[in-house]
This record gives sequence, structure tokens and C-alpha cells, in this order.
Amino acid sequence: MVDTMRLTAREAKKLLVDGEVSSAELTKAYLDRIATVEDRVHAYILVTADNAAKYSTKVDREMQAMRGPLAGLPIAVKDNMVTEGVTTTCASRILHNYMPVYTATAVRRLWDDHVVMLGKTNLDEFAMGSSTENSGFAVTRNPWDLGTVPGGSSGGSAAAVAAGEALWALGSDTGGSIRQPAALCGVVGMKPTYGLVSRYGLVAFASSLDQIGPLTRSVHDCALLLRHIVGKDPRDATSVVAPAPIELPSAERLDGLRVGIPREYLAAGIEPGVRARFEEAVALIEELGGRCVEVSLPHTEYALPAYYIIAPAEASANLARFDGVRYGYRAADADDVVTMYERTRGEGFGPEVKRRIMIGTYALSAGYYEAYYGRAQRVRTLVRRDFTDVFGEVDLVASPTSPTVAFPVGARAADPLAMYVSDVCTIPANLAGLPALSIPCGLSDGLPVGFQFVGPAFSENRVLDAAHALEAAIGFTATPSLGGAEAALSQSGGAEAASPTGDAASAPPEGTAS
Amino acid sequence: MTGGDAAVRGADRIVRGMRGDWEAVIGLEVHVELDTATKMFCSCAVTKGDPPNTHTCPVCLAHPGALPVVNQRAVEYATRIALALDCTVPPRNVFHRKNYFYPDLPKAYQISQYDEPLAVDGCFDYWSGDEKLRCRIDRVHMEEDAAKLIHAGGETGRITGSEYSLVDFNRGGTPLVEIVTEPDIPSPAAARDFLQQLRELVIELGVSECNMEEGQVRWDANISVRPAGSSTLGTRTELKNMNSFRFLQQALESELPRQVGILEAGGTVEQETLHFDPETGTTTPLRSKEEAHDYRYFPEPDLVPLAMDPAWVEEVRASLPELPLARVARFAEQYGLSRADARVIAGPGALARFYEAVVAQGVDPKLAANWTMGEYLAHLNAAGLEPGHGHVTPERLAALVRLVADGVVSTSAAKDVFTKMIEERAEPAAIVAKHGLGRISDSAALGPVVAEVVAANPSQVEQYRGGKRQVLGFFVGQVMKATGGRADPAVVNELLQKALDG
Repeated sequence: MVDTMRLTAREAKKLLVDGEVSSAELTKAYLDRIATVEDRVHAYILVTADNAAKYSTKVDREMQAMRGPLAGLPIAVKDNMVTEGVTTTCASRILHNYMPVYTATAVRRLWDDHVVMLGKTNLDEFAMGSSTENSGFAVTRNPWDLGTVPGGSSGGSAAAVAAGEALWALGSDTGGSIRQPAALCGVVGMKPTYGLVSRYGLVAFASSLDQIGPLTRSVHDCALLLRHIVGKDPRDATSVVAPAPIELPSAERLDGLRVGIPREYLAAGIEPGVRARFEEAVALIEELGGRCVEVSLPHTEYALPAYYIIAPAEASANLARFDGVRYGYRAADADDVVTMYERTRGEGFGPEVKRRIMIGTYALSAGYYEAYYGRAQRVRTLVRRDFTDVFGEVDLVASPTSPTVAFPVGARAADPLAMYVSDVCTIPANLAGLPALSIPCGLSDGLPVGFQFVGPAFSENRVLDAAHALEAAIGFTATPSLGGAEAALSQSGGAEAASPTGDAASAPPEGTAS
Repeated sequence: MTGGDAAVRGADRIVRGMRGDWEAVIGLEVHVELDTATKMFCSCAVTKGDPPNTHTCPVCLAHPGALPVVNQRAVEYATRIALALDCTVPPRNVFHRKNYFYPDLPKAYQISQYDEPLAVDGCFDYWSGDEKLRCRIDRVHMEEDAAKLIHAGGETGRITGSEYSLVDFNRGGTPLVEIVTEPDIPSPAAARDFLQQLRELVIELGVSECNMEEGQVRWDANISVRPAGSSTLGTRTELKNMNSFRFLQQALESELPRQVGILEAGGTVEQETLHFDPETGTTTPLRSKEEAHDYRYFPEPDLVPLAMDPAWVEEVRASLPELPLARVARFAEQYGLSRADARVIAGPGALARFYEAVVAQGVDPKLAANWTMGEYLAHLNAAGLEPGHGHVTPERLAALVRLVADGVVSTSAAKDVFTKMIEERAEPAAIVAKHGLGRISDSAALGPVVAEVVAANPSQVEQYRGGKRQVLGFFVGQVMKATGGRADPAVVNELLQKALDG
């Protein structure tokens, strides 16, 4: 009755309103799909099946009181947004048993709109990574080829939507963590302007870069979800009042739209297949009446290194609170508090998190601050200025979202630098705080390719409109087969130990050190 | 004051070594807890004495995902302090993270301010002995307090020897203002005077009660020595986290000769942090410069820079009360008080207000000052009362002063009246009437007493009549004694002379 592989939220809402399906039935369709494929995909850290079933029934029963545009629609939430009464782990052993006492503002807004939460999705530990291989619990697989990664860090949310395990999902994006997995999984993903969505309750990775955003099956759904999570939050001093409400996109043409293609983004490292799909999309923009011109963002090459100073620096402080004193994992039998700190953090954090904490600590150290952090902040200013200059000439900037399609599990795990390069096209928008969206623009060797629009600050409606028109012209309708499963299963090792919450208190993390 | 006095005062500051004279250079970092209703970055109540960990939330417990939001009232209070210290308030200030691990710091960083503080470049004038000194203020900034650690299972309550430590997060996140001085303070006694008068100022501003027992005011002192008259700065040591004026002075006084001794022996002072032990009166090293923390300050990305609207800053400035130093000058001028008397009365705001309420009753300001500084202040100290509290109201003290000024009671009888005002909680006039404490000026009443005294002392009468006129004083004293000091001396003189000469 419900085709979870194809159904959009807009269509699902119509089914609910028309009485063709109840929220309970809709929710059950996703829970059934999860039960069928989750052992191959590992999109979720925790499936809250009972709560979802109960709550959807309640929405059905109290339909008069619980009305609203999103009421009864199920959603998946990345497990770095705290949810009261539902464990939130950030895919880290150090929070394996953490039970939040409050709910993130973005999630709270959806709960207040009577959205049904299906569960918490997997991620790279503390959102640090581009493949979801850095999860402390399981490696999420790309539904298009289970032997490849879904991207990251919101790989669980992207894979859940792509595999029909969720109608849509929330992710977070610090350097591309929504857009890159959206691209690799063939779904729509958007990072809004910094400050548009409250970060309260989003477990911080890099505070000045983090933003929550939607992962959906269509641009329309993306706008629909976004409009329900934006807004100034008195609990987040960096959140802002949106200058205009988020509109549902309706554009079919792009007449007069000026689109800049930064030559630096295409300079090197873009796979031929990705470049081909991108150029086809650029041609479609012209057919729709838009004008594509080459532009220059001259400081692009410095964006990646600046990001890998600023983000770890902030992370080194943000993750210092995980000390075993008040919550989360605590190493047993330490003789003094310093030993307890060292062992708790040594055993609780995975290797990539430790690497970034060390990089960030070093970059902020006396004598190095100016050379690293100070300089990186100046680069950030230049990157932002590049965009300001370019948006004097064009309305939007376009590029491939990721230089490559999904890569095989393990292919880059041993080479952090190769992994970091995955974000070369997405990081500048975070440094500049700009809205950016990825839509699927075709397949290369059977794997999805992402097309990215970046707009000026608070130009969400322009970005969404353009993406909506282009999405229709591209007409991407392919769905993943969940193939390559045998290969995936033979490689996945102990990845099936997905739920960290069962015997949490008695199970100290083991073997997480590199 | 003469030039000679200045030389003598200067001499107080000289530390005499074996090989020459030295002088102290002292700077202070003072932390003041603000009396805001809520904490610096969350809406938990700021309280005292409540059960542990009853005023906490995700923000002040540093739960994952929680974010700070600046308490506007704390900014206002901090700005009041900054303006009272004559600081410049730049158009924006920035919060930084100060990173270190300790169980009383749940985020493992303190949100503080660093290179763009709330206020800079101020000064504070204070009295030390008879001298008015000026201390430049480097900066005033805002930060949050740490939680309270309770070291249990030991005998001293200190961490050494304790079995375990408990954390009370009620205090965690309380707004703090840090005041950093330039090294302008010339002696341990001056450091103590500076702090006491700074505390009075802060209390006056209504932003903190500055309760010493509860640690609402704490400070670090850094101290170095240099050859007397030199303008170089020596290597300093730091005394951490003190909250007793007396111990501060003692600690500095013990540190001075230690540094002089090292330097005169040809050694070098190590830059280190010291702990003062009041039991032994000596300092011991806590940690050296090499062990000093690298706090890895960087701008707090969860907060935006605070924009300080100049019009708002001016509003705050306009709302400041009269500050103690200005009030001392005004009291000396307006009420004709000596500088020393004006400092006693006009320094603490509550006493100044009491005094002005007494004077407002139309009594002689100098006489009122004598009674305020004398009997009234002694009474407050004895009873442990703050000025303005207790049964001696300004109206009653003024009534007593008027009785004295009008000659209704003698000064000595008035002291009795004052004591009875406290015991009986009554008006002075009623006490005088009830206990018959009024002055006796009536010749008819005093005549028999005089006659009695003359009759009882024939040898002194003989001396007097033999030309020894000084003996008159003896007779006056006897009459006063016989009348309980209530006799009017002028009338007694007259009657005695009549009786003795006649």
C-alpha cells in the first residue's frame, strides 16, 4: 500500500488527509521496511519502534487536536540531537548510555507538530567523518551498493531515506555532513544559512559551523521540513530571526537566473562521471532559461586546511566536557581524577575523534595560536569575501556536491587526508555560513551523483526554487536495489552490534582505541 | 600635612634589607560574585545555602548540546563596576573559552573574557593611612564561577588527606566580575586598604553584598620587590584565591622579606604560585611557571560579540550612586568635618546615609559626627549591626544631640541616655525625664550641695583662702560627683566662688 522507496512527505500527507492511510499504518510501513533491510544497511543506532507505533496511534485517535501540516508523518533523527527519554550517543562509546534530560529545539518543534520519530540514525562519531565508518557502533552501508559507504557524517539519515527506512530525516552539516551523504545516497539534503535553525540540543562538533537541516526525497519536502524547524531560539545566542518565511517551491523555469560555476571547484579531482552528470545539469539550467557563467572563488584552495584547523579547535573544547564525571562512560577503578579523565577519554573516544581533539588542542596552544587558529580565521574571512564578491555577479553558485561517487567501505579509512578531500566542494559554504543544497543529478557507474547550489545568506527560497525547477528537469527516479549485500556482509565484521543501549551500564567500551 | 610627613609615610613602605632598601610592587586580581537573580549563562537561580545541586540545568551542568545565553542584568552590574572604576567601555566585548580540566568546571572550559574585555583603563583612588593613593585598573571583565568542591573524609576540609570529593553545582555559573589592577599598590597595608575600600564601593553600587564568609569576594595577589626608588619590575610570585584581608596582608608581609632575602643572597625569584598558611604565617609553592596551565583561549563560538550601546552605557553611568571618595570630599566640605572624620563617616554608604539622616533633623553637623563616630559606631560594632539597623534611629540620635547642644543634659549624662535608648527602646527626652538625667542649673537645688562640699573639706577651704585658687577645680569635681555629673558647671562655679570668697 505504501511504497516507502518512493513516497514523498507531500504525498504521504495527502494520503493521511484523504484518509487513505493512517499515521499508524504509515509508520508501520517504515518500521516493517526497517525490519526487512536494517541488518544490511545499519542506518539506525536506535529504532524507537514501540514509541513510534504508540504515538502514531495517538495521532490517529486525536486527529482533531493534533492537526498540522506534519502531524502523523514519521521521521528519522540523527543521533547527535538530544531527545528527552531516548538515548543519544553521537555514535560514541563515551555516550553509549547517555539519556538526555531535554530535547533539541529543532526536534522539539517537530514533536510539537506531532511528527512521529522512528529512531536515531547512525553517524561518524560526533559527526567527524565523511563515510559513517567512524561510528563507534556500526558502519552504515550505501543502499545503492552495500559495499560502499553512504557518505557522512549524516550517513545514517541519508541511507535511511534512500533505503525507504524513513520518509525523511534530520541531519547536521559542519563541512558537508548533510550534502555529501545526500549526494552519495541519491537524496536531497540541505544545510541552511548559519543561525537559521537553532543548535540548542545539537551535540556540538564545531559550534561556528554546525547547522541542522533536512534530508528528503524531494526539494519540496526539503522546504516543507525546513520551514518547520527554522526560527530564532532564545536558548541559542547564534540563532536569528529569518528575514522571510521559507516558501514551498513552485518554480518550473529559471529564466534570468545567473548561475556561477567556480573554476576552482572543477580544477582537479572531480571524477569524469561526476563531471559529466554535472555538465548535463548545467545544460539543463540553460534550457530552463538560466545563464551559467564561470566565476572565481580564489581562496578555495585554502578553505579545506582552514576548516581542518577551525573545526578541530572548536571540537577540542566542545568535547572536553565528556570527562566521565557527570554522565556517559566512566573508566572503572581509576585511583585519581586525572587517571579517570585519561582512561575515560582514551577508552571512550574513537581514533578520528582523538585525532581531531589533538589537532585542535595543538592549534590553540600557546605559541601556535596565531600561526594556526589566527591564520585560519583570516582565511575564513577571505572565503566569505569571495562569496560576497561572486554574489555581486551571479544569483547562485553551482558545483558537484562531492568530487566522487560513493567509495568502497574501507577505501579511505586508513588515509585521513583522502577522506578530508571528500568535503572540498561543501566546506566553503560552512566557512561562509551560506545556504547550500544537494540534489541527485543522475548516476555514474550505477551510483548517484550530487549537484550543489550555494546561495547568499538567507536566500533559502531562491536556492529551493532553483533546485525544484532543476530537479523536475533532471527527472531522477532511480531507486537503489540494496545490491552488493553479500560483499557487504562478508566485510562488515562486528558491525551488527548496533544498539548501544541495551546493557549499557555494564558494558565498558572495548577495542575502540586505534 | 607637611613634607616631613610624606617622608615618614614613604618610610613605612621601605623594606630594609641587609644591603639596602627595597620596595614592594603589588597587583591584584579581584573576583566579585554578582547578586543577580539568575546565573551568568542560564536561568537557574543564584542562591546561598540551598541543598546541593538543586539549582542546575543542562546548561550549567554542561550536558551535551546545551548552549549559553548571556544574562543581561549581569552585564549591567558589571558595567556599573567598570564605570565606577572610571574605565572605558569599548563598543564591543567578546567572550572567550578558557580551557582546563577540573571536576568543578563541567564544560572543561570557563567562559571568560580575554583580549576584548568589557572595560579597560580605569583607576581607583583609595585611602591608605592619611594618604590618598591611586591604583590604575587594567581591565574589568565578566565570567562565570566554578562549582563548589567539598573535600570529604579528611580532617582539614582541604583536598590533601580527603577520601573523596563532592561537587555542588549550585554555585557553578554564578556571574563573576574580575577586576585586574596594574601593579600600583606600594605595600601590604595599602593592598588591604585597597581591597576594603573596593569592597565598600561594590556594595555601594548595589551589585553584590560582597559577603566575605561566603566567598563573594576573592582575590589573587602578585608581588615583586625592587630597589627603593627604582622603576623596574622584578619577577613576581602569585598568591592564589584569598578571601581574608588580614591573611592577605600577612601573606604579603611574609613574602616581601623572603624575596628580598633571595635577591640579596644573589639568587633569583622564581615565578611561581604560592599558598599562604595562616597557621605558620609562611608561604609554600603550589606550582612553578613551567607547570602553569596553557588555557588555550579562543573566542567562544556559542556567543556573539556583545555590542555595548553608548547611550545605554551613559544611562548606566547616570544611574550610579555617589561614590565613597566623592562623598568623603563632600562631607568634609558641606559639614565642616575633618578629612579623617569624613572618611570614617562617609566611606561606608550605610553609615553615611544614617549620618545625613541625623543631620537632616537640623542638629549641629560636627556634634552629630562626634556621636555617630563615637557612641553609635561603638554600639554597632558591639552589637554586630549594620548602620541603620537596631533601635537607635537617626531621629532619636538627633534628639539626643539636640539635648546636649541645648544644655539639657551634660555630655556624660547623655552617654547614659544613649545606653538606655538601646535598653529601653525609648525617646531620649522620655529617658531623661524618667531617670532624672537632666542638667541641674537651679541655684536653689545646687546651693545645699555646694554648702555640703565646702563644709566637708575644711583644709581645702583653707588652702583656697590662702591664695591657692586652683583648688576651685577640686570643689567643682566634688559637686559634679555628688550630682552624678548633672550639675551645670557654670552655675556651680558661681556658687562655689560665692561660698568660698564670702
